[in-house]
Amino acid sequence: MPELGRAALLVTLGLATYALVAGAAGAHLGRRRLALSAQNALIAAFFSTLVAAGVLLAALLRHDFSFTYVARTTSEALPTGYTISAFWGGQEGSLLLWLLVLTGFGAAAVRLNRGWARDLIVWVVPVFAAVAVFFSFLLVAVASPFATQPAPADGAGMTPSLQNPYMLAHPPLLYLGYVGLTVPFAFCLGALLAGRPDERWLVATRRWTLFAWTALGVGQLLGAHWAYVEVGWGGYYAWDPVENAALMPWLAATAFLHSVMIQEKRGMLRVWNVLLVILAFSLSLFGTFLTRSGVVNSIHSFTQSSIGPWFLGFIALTVGVSLAIVFWRLPQLRSPTKLESPISREAAFPYNNLLLLALCLTILWGVVYPVLSEAVRGEAVVLGRSYYDFFLRIFGLPLLLLMGIGPLVAWRRASFRSLVTTFRWPTLVAVLTGLVLLVLGAGSSVPGLVAYTFAAFVAATIVLEFARGTRARKALGADSWPGAFYSLLARNRRRYGGYVVHASIVILAVGIAGSSAFDSVAEARLARGESMRIDDYTLLYRSLDERVVENATEIRATLAVSRGDRELGTLEAGKNAYTVEQQVSNEVGIRSDPLTGEDLFVIAEQIDPDGSVYFRVFVKPLVNLIWIAGFVFVVGSLIALWPDAREQRRLVERTREIGLPATR
Amino acid sequence: LTLALVLAALLAVVCVVVVALPFIREPEPESDTLHELDEDERRRLELLETRDRALAALKELEFDHRTGTISDEDYRTLVGPLRREAANALRALEPSRAGKRAVPETREGRPTGGRI
Repeated sequence: MPELGRAALLVTLGLATYALVAGAAGAHLGRRRLALSAQNALIAAFFSTLVAAGVLLAALLRHDFSFTYVARTTSEALPTGYTISAFWGGQEGSLLLWLLVLTGFGAAAVRLNRGWARDLIVWVVPVFAAVAVFFSFLLVAVASPFATQPAPADGAGMTPSLQNPYMLAHPPLLYLGYVGLTVPFAFCLGALLAGRPDERWLVATRRWTLFAWTALGVGQLLGAHWAYVEVGWGGYYAWDPVENAALMPWLAATAFLHSVMIQEKRGMLRVWNVLLVILAFSLSLFGTFLTRSGVVNSIHSFTQSSIGPWFLGFIALTVGVSLAIVFWRLPQLRSPTKLESPISREAAFPYNNLLLLALCLTILWGVVYPVLSEAVRGEAVVLGRSYYDFFLRIFGLPLLLLMGIGPLVAWRRASFRSLVTTFRWPTLVAVLTGLVLLVLGAGSSVPGLVAYTFAAFVAATIVLEFARGTRARKALGADSWPGAFYSLLARNRRRYGGYVVHASIVILAVGIAGSSAFDSVAEARLARGESMRIDDYTLLYRSLDERVVENATEIRATLAVSRGDRELGTLEAGKNAYTVEQQVSNEVGIRSDPLTGEDLFVIAEQIDPDGSVYFRVFVKPLVNLIWIAGFVFVVGSLIALWPDAREQRRLVERTREIGLPATR
Repeated sequence: LTLALVLAALLAVVCVVVVALPFIREPEPESDTLHELDEDERRRLELLETRDRALAALKELEFDHRTGTISDEDYRTLVGPLRREAANALRALEPSRAGKRAVPETREGRPTGGRI
């Protein structure tokens, strides 16, 4: 029933418009019932969007090809899991998901924070609503998922590279991240509009920002693994514009998560934090625009569409209005405190922020350069991998080092003597690691060697912090060492969760350096019975088989793998020919060594009719550390995200102390 | 089509009721104005933030000193100003004097947690 879907979206548009107008009027005129009514409208908008989402999901599951969207993105033969994932596989469905998550986050953020931040919430609602108006308008007037047509016998199916289990998790996580950044943005502008740029908007949104940042981070890692196992080019990150689209807001949010601590602890960097939040949100809009507009050439550009100008207009409006509000409230954003010493933690943080921002803006320049060069010179010039790799080293390596330095420097001021004492062990570990690696031959890649050395430094500082902290907790009366460790985490989840996240970045850096700076590649055309060598591996091409599965024909070459005299078993690599979609995909063969984290990666580039196969083979040292880093990242984020009842009580108590009325 | 339209109409009606709920519940409220913080309340809020910030910083400093991350020398330099900051905020927040007492000043000559 597409009419119900259309009507539900129309209701959402009406509710969002009401929440924007009535919310702004209620907040400006100080009308309590009007403001409450606007809050209710935002919450109701979530439920009406949920109805629309339900209609689309039902149409997908029923293979109702009278829905143009369903016919364009699925087919009868498509397995159920991928049929569900078609919800966000196309433009209209993904915009609906954006709106659903947006209204859901808006409703939840309003409900959860109105106990102690009601004076902010009244202004947060119209900001949320303004974003919801834009997306619901797009869905109603420009890109409706409920357009209908005479039903064809079968749908066009799904792009083969999307037919992967990661399709069920990677896009939704990215959307949770993109949309999640609306929460800090709405609270930031709400606080400015309310004239209350104190620390409450930061506290209200800290976990939301962390959640969005975690979702973006995990989403990107899943996407990288997806590219690694599915796309079949031998890597996991290609600096593709759409990949960069997710990385940019993540970097801006990373900078914000660090600089926000300075404002909370020292009351500094208020303007900077506000600008970072606006940048992160604008980049999340830009990311959605890049993904969906088809304005740049990308492996992710499945469709060209007409929503580009709408998005650009909205991004320009968002940036313009936000900056005007910041300028208006500039006198209230002055910091009440000053930097006491250049040797202090708050002095170290801006370096981290500048490096993150420099990396972010460098990537942004790389993404928009082809569009700008085409507009100016009539020829799209694409900045290649070497451009991004260069700046990743220039900004990324100092960032890695700062990750170890920052946590060991005291707030406010630190003496030089104290720094020498604190840093002697981590420095010793780093220097020894560098020397040992140099002797072992890691000097073949200087950036790789530097990355390992810095990683050792950071790892040592993290271990030191945990060891000292646990020992102190034990001395303070913990029953056992595990109890002391738990107590350490529980009493300052944000700090020690942050260290675990830092550990994940160290593991990630080692994985990236190992797999990119020290990898090997070999290529050969083999007939059955022939073999090839790479490093100390030997691959013998044994057989070629063809089998028909649910929606594709699989062709697989089987290779026997050995290392020295040791047989390691067989590996399959080949191609899938998708029947409905009439497309072919590479299906790579990967053998992972659980002890060393190394992968043997085989691509069957070309399969000839005589049965000979052109193979491209990689050996990627330490590449599995990248995926392990993902798990550690999630653990660290969960520790930092875990709700802190004491903090909530303190905030409610503070609100009560100044006499703000209880929630109604 | 009819069922879809009925469901759509039902959805619209429910949403209108939800939106109108604050007016239905309180057709003639005693007060319909949002609570705005006055100057004194704002100042108290800022003092409370300063107090909490200073106490949290003190707690972290004590722990970092205990772990050895902060040396004795740095601890002695840092602990005094933090204690003074917390004590100033606490004194200014004393209920009997709230609103009457002048807001104490920091070393920079700015009101502690003064207007932002």
